[in-house]
Amino acid sequence: VNSRHSVERRDPCRKYLLSTKHISVINDKRNVVLESSLSELGYKAPIARKTGTTIAGIVYKDGVILGADTRATDDMVVADKNCMKIHYIAPNIYCCGAGVAADAEITTQIMASNVELHTLNTGRPPLVAMVTRQLKQMLFRYQGHVGSSLIVGGVDVTGAHLFSVYPHGSYDKLPFLTMGSGAAAAVSIFEDRFKPNMELEEAKQLVNDAIAAGIFCDLGSGSNVDLCVITEAGVEYLRGYDKPTMKGKREGQYRYKPGTTAILTKTITPLSLDVVDESVQIMDTE
Amino acid sequence: MISAHGFGDPGKMKEYHYTGPVEHRFSPYAFNGGTVLAVAGEDFAIVASDTRLSEGYSIHSRDSPKCYKLTDTTVIGCSGFHGDCLTLTKIIDARLKMYKHSNNKSMTSGAIAAMLSTILYGRRFFPYYVYNIIGGLDEHGKGAVYSFDPVGSYQRDTYKAGGSASAMLQPLLDNQIGFKNMEGVQHVPLTQDKAVQLVKDVFISAAERDVYTGDALRVCVITKEGINEQTIPLRKD
Repeated sequence: VNSRHSVERRDPCRKYLLSTKHISVINDKRNVVLESSLSELGYKAPIARKTGTTIAGIVYKDGVILGADTRATDDMVVADKNCMKIHYIAPNIYCCGAGVAADAEITTQIMASNVELHTLNTGRPPLVAMVTRQLKQMLFRYQGHVGSSLIVGGVDVTGAHLFSVYPHGSYDKLPFLTMGSGAAAAVSIFEDRFKPNMELEEAKQLVNDAIAAGIFCDLGSGSNVDLCVITEAGVEYLRGYDKPTMKGKREGQYRYKPGTTAILTKTITPLSLDVVDESVQIMDTE
Repeated sequence: MISAHGFGDPGKMKEYHYTGPVEHRFSPYAFNGGTVLAVAGEDFAIVASDTRLSEGYSIHSRDSPKCYKLTDTTVIGCSGFHGDCLTLTKIIDARLKMYKHSNNKSMTSGAIAAMLSTILYGRRFFPYYVYNIIGGLDEHGKGAVYSFDPVGSYQRDTYKAGGSASAMLQPLLDNQIGFKNMEGVQHVPLTQDKAVQLVKDVFISAAERDVYTGDALRVCVITKEGINEQTIPLRKD
């Protein structure tokens, strides 16, 4: 039985998507059976790593400012304490990514590639609205299975724009936006202090405080604040703009003396090599 | 030790695709995070815990220590479901009072451990979702640590970590206190200062990688002089 046909007959929407041949459902039934048999045996199917995140963006007097935290989590364990969530799309357009880490990374890379080709094709610098449209068309095509939530911001010939795009393909165009697990914490700061046409320093401080709220109040976000200021003049990528949390200082010494690891067997295989060149590099050890 | 994987359904980020109709049952448990650690020395015991109370991706409190003083020589650390932690400690306090009034003496650490085991097993089929570690001095004045699983299986240990970051801390303690996987190292007995320093350092590391551990660390040092408490700050993110 070809499951594709049986689904088509029931749901007209599904039929349209399947006919574009971009999504295949023949493995759906198998996946469901696999997952249930796995859980019977006590195993869990591998899950994609999420970034658990706080990302935010605002439009200010001279352009847009994007902000993000730098923690990537594997379930509830921190996988990366200083990852980069603000991705390059075009010289004047950057994108913050939340949701599934791999999806956010790959989606933005695909967009960057498409945008560059588009620029070469049309001879025109890219528009933020164009990036948003390509993103939403791609994400809708994948029906939410590509789990990336993105905030796209940039300054183009029509002005400064800020969009948010959701995994199922919807988008919003607003003066300030937040996404990720820490969105609620961050948007509360924006709702309190956002004003249109803010000055640069005030705007940077606002985004910083919003991301900091996510860092402290959301368990999925943490470590540092990254900012990206985009204006007509150019882009200022402020990696590690603020570090509101620091690692505690350990009091003890935990270096092992040479010989601490047990040597069980030792085999020496001589290689007959000639010394061609010799150079000494000093290693930086504590 | 029984695995307690079936407990509760921690608040998770919403999944983005629809997998079909799912029946939702009310879960009587919640996971409130927290890590507890106890170390027994020659004439002292240390019980330490972080003070963060969380649920899902949120923080309920940054100042909710998980060490509870039972007697002058015993402290218990409880992590897991906070509701059950509170009720269990109330029940233990009541039983301690009853014992004192009947037997005209305080319960020893070993006695408290044995009693806790029976209390926990009494709820074998609707367990207290609590990971307990008792630290104190035994009748001879030596440090004692007793570690439990949620249904009452227990044993006396030299050191034990429990709670959300236990899997991160236990191997580190095995190496630094138990001298496991090390060769040619002198087995120096643990002094009180070294033990406190180790506990602090170990929690600093746990707070780096476990999202449920952080905010502050409460260390209770139990000696024959009494119980000395100190609080040191940890990462708040």
